[in-house]
Amino acid sequence: MADKSPASLDATLSATNRTTHTSAGDLASPAGGAGPDRRKTKPNYRLGVQAAAFIAPALILFLLFVVWPMIRAVQFSLYKWKGFGPLVDFVGLKNYVSVLTNDVFTGALVHNLIIVVASILIQLPLGLLIALLLNRKMWGRGALRTIVFVPYVLAEVIVAVVWFQLLQPKYGAIDTMLNAIGLSGPAQGFLGTPKYALATVMVVLTWKYLGFAVILFLAGLQGVPEELTEAAQIDGASWWQTQRKITVPLLGPTLRTWAFLSMVGSLQLFDMVWILTKGGPANATTTMVTFLITEGTKRSNFGIASAASVILFIIALIFALLYQRFVMRRDNPDYEPRKKRSKR
Amino acid sequence: MSAATADHVTAVPKTPRGHRKSANGHKAGPLTYFMAILLVCVTLGPVSFAVLGGFRTNAQLAETPAGLPDPWVFDNYRRVITSSSFWQYALNSTVIAVLTTLMVVVFGMMAAYPLARFSFKHREKIYMIFVAGMLFPATVAIIPLFILINKDLSMGNTWWGVALPQAAFQLPMTIVILRPFLQAIPNEIEEAATLDGAGRVGFFARIVLPLSGPGMVTTGVLAFVASWNAYLLPLLLLSGDKKTLPLGVADFSSQYSSDTAGVFAFTTLSMIPALIFFLTMQNKIVNGLQGAVKG
Repeated sequence: MADKSPASLDATLSATNRTTHTSAGDLASPAGGAGPDRRKTKPNYRLGVQAAAFIAPALILFLLFVVWPMIRAVQFSLYKWKGFGPLVDFVGLKNYVSVLTNDVFTGALVHNLIIVVASILIQLPLGLLIALLLNRKMWGRGALRTIVFVPYVLAEVIVAVVWFQLLQPKYGAIDTMLNAIGLSGPAQGFLGTPKYALATVMVVLTWKYLGFAVILFLAGLQGVPEELTEAAQIDGASWWQTQRKITVPLLGPTLRTWAFLSMVGSLQLFDMVWILTKGGPANATTTMVTFLITEGTKRSNFGIASAASVILFIIALIFALLYQRFVMRRDNPDYEPRKKRSKR
Repeated sequence: MSAATADHVTAVPKTPRGHRKSANGHKAGPLTYFMAILLVCVTLGPVSFAVLGGFRTNAQLAETPAGLPDPWVFDNYRRVITSSSFWQYALNSTVIAVLTTLMVVVFGMMAAYPLARFSFKHREKIYMIFVAGMLFPATVAIIPLFILINKDLSMGNTWWGVALPQAAFQLPMTIVILRPFLQAIPNEIEEAATLDGAGRVGFFARIVLPLSGPGMVTTGVLAFVASWNAYLLPLLLLSGDKKTLPLGVADFSSQYSSDTAGVFAFTTLSMIPALIFFLTMQNKIVNGLQGAVKG
């Protein structure tokens, strides 16, 4: 699930920028020019009918499988419903109250927030460091980039299954290697010990998603004009100074976009946790999604599960809006014209 | 002339490629190479451990986990390749991914075309519906979706039952990526096509589709890999001989968790298709992401 959102959000952010950009100048057609005027002589309804016919399949799919289930989720969340019979047992906001006062859910929420913060704190500096190092002339750089990308391509399930085997207590590769250097892992294994479970999940998540950060940062680094770094070097700046004063600031939009994607992905974490721990041991690694899946499919508490999913959505939305408002705002062309915009 | 124009068109969404460079003028020192080697080891360690582990017996794995296969055992891979369930899962994964990708690319292109190039009432509003759709994670709608597919549409445990919602959730991003591609096609081309007698549909089929290749490849690959790797929706909707590879891998891992070598062989074989597919398309994906990030 998490690996799906990245590209999508990048694209929204940029595309919304782009539309506001173009629509301001030329309302009729962003491609500009004389085209639309010629159209005006033709009957307008035909254009509308054609447009509708083209858009219809996508819109119908979207309304049926995205919008309608969202509406139903809100509806379910107001009823006590076990999945069969009509929706009759209206309970108002009771499901929300019982979700928010459920220790398992609040624990899950805390885990999600820990993962949001830890992902950024670990992957941002590490990813930046690796990207800066890889952005130099070196032997085998192309191969290295491909290799860095590999974990991101693998399904979360595959990654989780492999790491589950590596992390098996006593006989797993990790424990054996620890034994070889005179240490020993916890008796129940890293995933079986409540104290270490969440941190272990964090390690596996970092292994999987660090490559994505690196690739994105490298792509951003390509947009830093060479003249600037050359000029800095001529002025006597060291490599480190050049990176810190020129490259990283110019990389700002990419870093902010990445952090946003990382946040959204962390809030929806499911696959990895489900395979590694199923939320255990003793609910040490539950996430909001494992909570709602357990409630919905194992216990058929569809009302409770739907309330949890609406809460998840609201939290994600608040995150998105706050982030757009206070962080991404800098990337809006009206806020502070960026150098690369003028290059268009 | 047309070739030059085509290049121009496809290059537009990706901002200044002319500045492609690297290096910052500094060459890599020993520290860089050390870091690079460390990175390769950490990244490829677990993957190669799984691949090689499939060539070992469980006894070998238990004795020396860090060792190489000695002797090489092909039995684990042979067992997976000759099992009918593996091929059934692979078939299901392939069909669902192909259906999803086709719907995403075809419907996405069709919707992006008028949203990019027609001027009609409510155009921006309809576009904003799709943009807002990207804020809805599939996980939020998963329970009602499960009920919709299983009960209302009776499509539980079918290929289409998974492909349709997957395509629906992938469409907003596809349209948002494709629209700038289509907007970038110069109006002169459309005028020339109109003068030559092409209507809007003809222009779409003969000019727009061929020129949007890179955009379609990017969105298609993203849709394919998202579907190939998907777990949550198939987990809820599919069972028995309709399961996809991720479900098969997870099942195999929990059923035979003590058969580490078998799990590694099964896992390795199921990661190969997506890996090959993605890595051959890697440059296109990275360019697509790059275009998106740079806005």
